[in-house]
Amino acid sequence: MTIAQGQVVALMGISGSGKTTLLRLIGGVMRPTSGEVWVNGVCTNDLDQAGLYQLRRQMGMLFQFGALFTDLSVFDNVAFQLREHTQLPEAMIRDLVMMKLHAVGLRGAHQLMPAALSGGMARRVALARAIALDPMLMLYDEPFTGLDPISLGAIAQLVRQFNDTLGTTSLLVTHDVAEALDVVDDVYYLADGKMLAHGSPQTMRAHTNPMVRQFVYGEIDGPVAAQYPVGDFATALKLRKQCAA
Amino acid sequence: MQRSMLDLWVGLFVIAGLAALVVLAFKVGNMSSTGAGETYSLQANFDNIGGLKPRAPVKSAGVVVGRVTRIEFNNDRFTAKVTLTINKAVQFPKDSTAAILTSGLLGEQYVGIDGGGDGEMFKAGDNIRLTQSAVVLEKLISQFMFDKAAQGQPNTQK
Amino acid sequence: MLHRLSSSVSALGAQVIDMVLRLGYATRFMLLTLRQSTTCLMRPSLIVRELYYTGTLSMVIILVSGLFVGMVLALQGYQTLVTYGSESVLGVLVALSLVRELGPVIAALLFASRAGSAMTAEIGLMKATEQLAAMEMMAVDPIARVVAPRFWAGLLSMPLLAALFSAMGIFGGYIVGVVLIGVDEGSFWSQMQSAVDVREDILNGVIKSVVFGIAITWIALFEGYDAPPTAEGVSGATTRTVVTSSLAVLGLDFILTSFMFRGV
Repeated sequence: MTIAQGQVVALMGISGSGKTTLLRLIGGVMRPTSGEVWVNGVCTNDLDQAGLYQLRRQMGMLFQFGALFTDLSVFDNVAFQLREHTQLPEAMIRDLVMMKLHAVGLRGAHQLMPAALSGGMARRVALARAIALDPMLMLYDEPFTGLDPISLGAIAQLVRQFNDTLGTTSLLVTHDVAEALDVVDDVYYLADGKMLAHGSPQTMRAHTNPMVRQFVYGEIDGPVAAQYPVGDFATALKLRKQCAA
Repeated sequence: MQRSMLDLWVGLFVIAGLAALVVLAFKVGNMSSTGAGETYSLQANFDNIGGLKPRAPVKSAGVVVGRVTRIEFNNDRFTAKVTLTINKAVQFPKDSTAAILTSGLLGEQYVGIDGGGDGEMFKAGDNIRLTQSAVVLEKLISQFMFDKAAQGQPNTQK
Repeated sequence: MLHRLSSSVSALGAQVIDMVLRLGYATRFMLLTLRQSTTCLMRPSLIVRELYYTGTLSMVIILVSGLFVGMVLALQGYQTLVTYGSESVLGVLVALSLVRELGPVIAALLFASRAGSAMTAEIGLMKATEQLAAMEMMAVDPIARVVAPRFWAGLLSMPLLAALFSAMGIFGGYIVGVVLIGVDEGSFWSQMQSAVDVREDILNGVIKSVVFGIAITWIALFEGYDAPPTAEGVSGATTRTVVTSSLAVLGLDFILTSFMFRGV
């Protein structure tokens, strides 16, 4: 699969289909056992730690629950990368952090500690932190999980907005079909570690593959069984009766 | 502001810790008495040093003037060679005697130096020629017993 | 029967192999920490921050327990010494036991349960909430940024805490021995000063506490870093930190003592 520059691409699939693994491969946290990962013309397979860190400076990642540093304030969280990777003067760091926080609508919360934030706010702060160094590739690991509809919509809008204004490329791993299909340009559907379907949101909605249809429309009956594999319930009941007798 | 408060508390901690170390070194330890300051060393050979140990005090007229720094066995003369480190301010005449004494009946052993009358003083590295060994209790007791036995024998025969 | 025996033997073997593996990983972790220490040594503010948590916050418990331990030592020591009429060496007894043994060891045990467990829990939770992974993705090595400053802070604060403990204990011994019981003040201090050697006793005590500091922070940081990212995982790791580092302190104390106070 290829992700074109400047696009917002969604990776979908049921749990355990290998979406997060794919993100980790791109971030270089895991190494592929076979095949190759190319990011911005660099093959990550045989990079050493220094090379990997060099590459990661151009990536931003939003974790499932934000993963804010709980011992730092909101301001320090967003300023973290600026302080670690640049020699900028404190005044300039302050301006940059305030700009990023303003972009997510949380400039007023810069003094709070992460524990004092709601789930949606924490996610937005994490987003501000991820874009602090203006990355060229943004990775979102299930950014919509556990958010109320308003926060969810806000995050989705921000994802699209940052992608267009900053000229980054975004890769979303998500289950929230309705929201995701509204903001993305391209969709990949994974199942059991293999790519099953690929296309624009419209083609996905009208896809003929029963697995994809079941996922997009959230049907219980279909090729993917909601039940954990188990023997026949009737026989199990009968067994118990025999024991009791 | 948060930052400077943190620095203040850490600074207090480090100062308190270092102060405790200094108190231990000077008030509790012997840094102030003989550990520091100018010293010179003397040697002395003893036939028997008894229970003398390195770091035992060297006293003259009951005043601590130095410490025992090394104890070796002199294989040529079959004696114990003891190295004493003496305060520079304290000088002894060349005919001074060194003895191994015990503080109290069962106390620790120390080296006592009795000043002589010679006009010339010891220089660093000199040997104290006049020495008196430690009193070994067993020898003393057995000597006492033999004397008593020798005295008492004629009486019992009668 | 034979089957049960062989399965229990193989379970034991698996446990031994697991232990050796963990030890190897822990050693690699330690070496990595040392190699990544340049970042935090160039930015002392990172270490100062951790010194606050490991050192300053442990000060109160160290001072209070030091005082009580010294007072108990003086009380017990007096009871024993007075039967031999040698209560004048009470100062020696209190000072030597504190400076050589009790200061470094009890301070280290308190440090393990106060600061070591906090370190493990903090790093374990940072791992469980993906903070370490986030740092890794931001091209910042968590070992350099999170682990190494804590290691150096622990190493630096341990000898200072042990010295505070000993000094406070001697003060407690002075209060009970001289002020309350009435041992002669002059002989209390002078006997102590003539018996306690700066190099033999105090310096060796400091060396001991540095070794304990290294052992405790190493165990605490490794347990936190290696903790399974769940609630049970972190709580189990915290318990293991306290147990393992306390045992390590007592074991190391025996080894170090047998090396240090051999001839004298």
